[in-house]
Amino acid sequence: MSRTFRFWGLVPAWALMLLTLIVPILIVAGVSVAERGAYGGFDWGFDITSYRQILFTEGWTDELEFDPKYLAIIARTLIFAGAATAICVLLALPVAYYIAQQSARLKIVLLYLVTLPFWVSMIVRVYAWLIILGNDGLLERVYRLFGGADISGFLFTPGAMITGMVYSYIPLMILPVYASVEKIDPALIEASHDLYGGRWTALRRVILPLAAPGLTAGSILVFVPSLGTVLEPMLLGGGKQLMMGTLIQTQFGGARNWPFGAAIAMVLLTLVVIVLLLNARRATRQAEVAL
Amino acid sequence: MSQNIRTYPGLRPLSILFFLWLYLPIGVVVFYSFNDNRLVSVWTGFSTKWYAAALENEALMGALEISLTVALISTLCATLIALLAAIVLTRATDMKFRRVSETVVNLPLLLPEIVLAVAVLILFSQIGLTNGLLKLVLAHTAFCTPFAFLPIRARLQGMSLDFEEAARDLYAAPFTAFRLVTLPMILPGVFAGAMTAFVMSMDDFITSNLLNSGGATTLPVYIFSLIRQGTTPELNAISTLLIAASLLLATLVLILNARAMRRS
Repeated sequence: MSRTFRFWGLVPAWALMLLTLIVPILIVAGVSVAERGAYGGFDWGFDITSYRQILFTEGWTDELEFDPKYLAIIARTLIFAGAATAICVLLALPVAYYIAQQSARLKIVLLYLVTLPFWVSMIVRVYAWLIILGNDGLLERVYRLFGGADISGFLFTPGAMITGMVYSYIPLMILPVYASVEKIDPALIEASHDLYGGRWTALRRVILPLAAPGLTAGSILVFVPSLGTVLEPMLLGGGKQLMMGTLIQTQFGGARNWPFGAAIAMVLLTLVVIVLLLNARRATRQAEVAL
Repeated sequence: MSQNIRTYPGLRPLSILFFLWLYLPIGVVVFYSFNDNRLVSVWTGFSTKWYAAALENEALMGALEISLTVALISTLCATLIALLAAIVLTRATDMKFRRVSETVVNLPLLLPEIVLAVAVLILFSQIGLTNGLLKLVLAHTAFCTPFAFLPIRARLQGMSLDFEEAARDLYAAPFTAFRLVTLPMILPGVFAGAMTAFVMSMDDFITSNLLNSGGATTLPVYIFSLIRQGTTPELNAISTLLIAASLLLATLVLILNARAMRRS
């Protein structure tokens, strides 16, 4: 391959990512330390007010008061994303294991069925849960049908949001878990059985360790987008239970505090980069052990 | 009776329940879209009138047109950019900056979309770009590129270099060899990548919602505004049409992928 093509072939990709991604993120970093403009927007400068605002509110006489309002949103984001990831792990492991045991033909069909909903527009998938969980929705009707009390209020709860997140991201967990579970040599499970290990010993000592790479990869694929999720908190959480994604969104919409929105975006970005770096470090360490 | 020690009790019912749960929401939307009643969850009879209403909705058709325009242009740009990058990154293995370049191409997949959306929003406001359509095309091209890149790269990596070398031995110019040998062989990957990019652009909500200005309201953003006004059977009909389109495209991509895998 000629040197010129090597160079020019990559120019469009680099130009696109520099222009629409790398430079803009640097600008976000700049805006997060800018001053809030009088009529929305911002004025360049160096001012840590936006970051201070995450922890403190300013009282009447300019004194700083600790206010955990935004810390609570960050904590809620981490907890909900963690819960969605944990539920995805608990669901994906048995389902992926079950798929791996089927005939070659059925495997393809089942994997196709796992990926198919992922192609359906995100907004439609979240809307569907709105119908199911909503007031006088399907769930309430079914509950009443079986003699349950006249209850309501499935919607606009943490449960509704986490259900929506699990539903949105579960294929991203099943596929990598399946990839690692499928490779498990049945002889290893038989060996554990020959050594008088029961099914649960085999699960704990053979299957789980061998599924671990898939579980970690899947967890990252689910956890990272869950941290930045916007639609589920807005529609299924009713906008009452803010998460970081929705908090950022409102700062650039109604609230019009761009520097504060940029600061929260930087916090979210930092959290994601930490997760990705930890994963990369773990991967290199494993590679070193393998060598 | 010997029991299969590889299976676990409850695995089968749990998996069946899982698949039912996976398709329940889609089924509910499709089912209620044929409901005669104004109220979404009160079934009174079969009717296709909400489809007629949806097709006559001018705002909906306008949003669809914007979405299709943005998706077609972004897909074309993203696929070309991804194709060029994939050729260089799979064929020039000894190149400097190869790993960095790969990471850069895949960057939109690694970072949270809301952060990228905010970043382009601020950029466009700083450089004074006001054309809504152009803003959407630029942003969509960026996040679609990795979706086009990954299938093309997979196809290029799975392909033997022998054919290209044979063509070069027969004095084909590099571009001729690419056009007549490499391109036809990787075409399934290119189509799979382009269609994935197209679906991602059509489906996008976060970026399009934040950039929503200058009359450039995409279909998901319009649907969101409808949902805000309350659930209606017409919304179910629109959703069902979207579901049908997505599933059709998804099936096409999966068939292309399967065929590509069988051949290599």
